[in-house]
Amino acid sequence: MIEIKVNGRSEQIQSEMSVKQLLDTVEVPPNYLAVEVNGDVVPRESYADKIVGAGDEVEVVTLVGGG
Amino acid sequence: MQTSQDKIETNEIIGQDTSLTVGGHTLASRLIVGTGRYDTMDQMRDSLDASGADCVTVAVRRERLYDRSGKNILDFLDLDRYTLLPNTAGCYTAADAIRAAKLGREILKTLGNPGSDWVKLEVLGDSRTLLPDPAQTVDACEELTKEGFKVLCYTSDCPVTAQRLKAVGAASVMPAGSPIGSGQGLLNQNNLKIILEYLKEDDPTYPVIIDAGVGTASDVSEAFELGADGVLLNTAIAHARDPIRMARAMKYAAMAGRDAYLSGRIPRRLYGTASSPSEGVISTRPYGSSGEVSS
Repeated sequence: MIEIKVNGRSEQIQSEMSVKQLLDTVEVPPNYLAVEVNGDVVPRESYADKIVGAGDEVEVVTLVGGG
Repeated sequence: MQTSQDKIETNEIIGQDTSLTVGGHTLASRLIVGTGRYDTMDQMRDSLDASGADCVTVAVRRERLYDRSGKNILDFLDLDRYTLLPNTAGCYTAADAIRAAKLGREILKTLGNPGSDWVKLEVLGDSRTLLPDPAQTVDACEELTKEGFKVLCYTSDCPVTAQRLKAVGAASVMPAGSPIGSGQGLLNQNNLKIILEYLKEDDPTYPVIIDAGVGTASDVSEAFELGADGVLLNTAIAHARDPIRMARAMKYAAMAGRDAYLSGRIPRRLYGTASSPSEGVISTRPYGSSGEVSS
C-alpha cells in the first residue's frame, strides 16, 4: 500500500495509478472535475498518462455556487 | 459594434445601446449575477432566469468525491444559455488565486463553455471585511494576464489600485460598492466616479463593473447612473425574502439606471424651476419674488 493525499485527506492505494484510474473510483462525472497533482493542473488529455505515486498531493475540484 | 434595441410595452423603440463587451465576451445583459447562497438549486435557476443575465459567476471548490447525494450546480445551469465566469473567491494569496483560476479554466474547457478564457479574480486580505489584498491582486492579475487569461478584477474603491490593475492588463476593473454581501450599496460614490473617470479618460469603452455591496434595486440603478458598464451581484438576490422577484427588480433597475445614464440627468439646482408656464396664471403673489413680505 502507498499513501497519497486527496483533497487534503490521506488515502491508501494499492499501487501507483493514473489520474484516470483514480477518477474511475469516484462517483462524480469526470467532466465536472479538474485535477491538480502537486500544485500543477493535469490537462484532461493527460489523465491516462499522469501517474500518482507515494506522497503525491492530489486536488480534485468542481464548480459550486459563488459570487 | 453590436447594438441592442430596448423596447417598452408599446413596442416603441426608445433608443439604442451598445452591448457590454468585456474580455472579448459580448453580453446581452449588463447584469452579471452570482450563483451562491441560494436555499435550493431550483430557486437559483429560477432567479437567474428572472434576472435576465447571460453571464453567471461560479466558484471552484474541492469535490466531495464519495458523496453523490449532493447535487452539482452544473446540473442546474443551462450551459448553452449562460457564459460561466469562474471566480477565485476565498483565496488569500496570488499563488492560490492563480491555481484556482487554472482549475476553473480546465473544467470550463471540458464543458465547452466560452467562459474558459476568463476569470473573476478575487484575492482577499481580511476575512471580516472581505476587502481585497491590493498587492496580491495586482500580482495575480499580472501573472494571469501573462498566462492568457482575461482577468476581471474585484478590487476596493481605491482609484490608485484600479489604475494599477488596468496597467497590468486587467480586462475589467471591478470596484466594490461596499464589502461583499454587506448590502450597504455604493458607500463612496466619489471614489467610484474618480475610478470611472481615470480608467475611461483615454479609453472610453474600457469596462468598469461595480462588483459587490449591492443591497437592493436602487443600488444597481445608482451604479449605472454613475456610468458603470455593468454590475455584478449575488447576495442581494439570493438572500432576499423573495429571490425570484428581487432578481426581476434587479433586471429592471439595471435597465432603468443605464437608460437614465444614457439620457443624461438634469443638473441639480438649488432653486426650483416651474414645469408649468408662469404666463397667463390666474393668481396674485401676496409676497415678493423671494417670499419676503412687502412693506
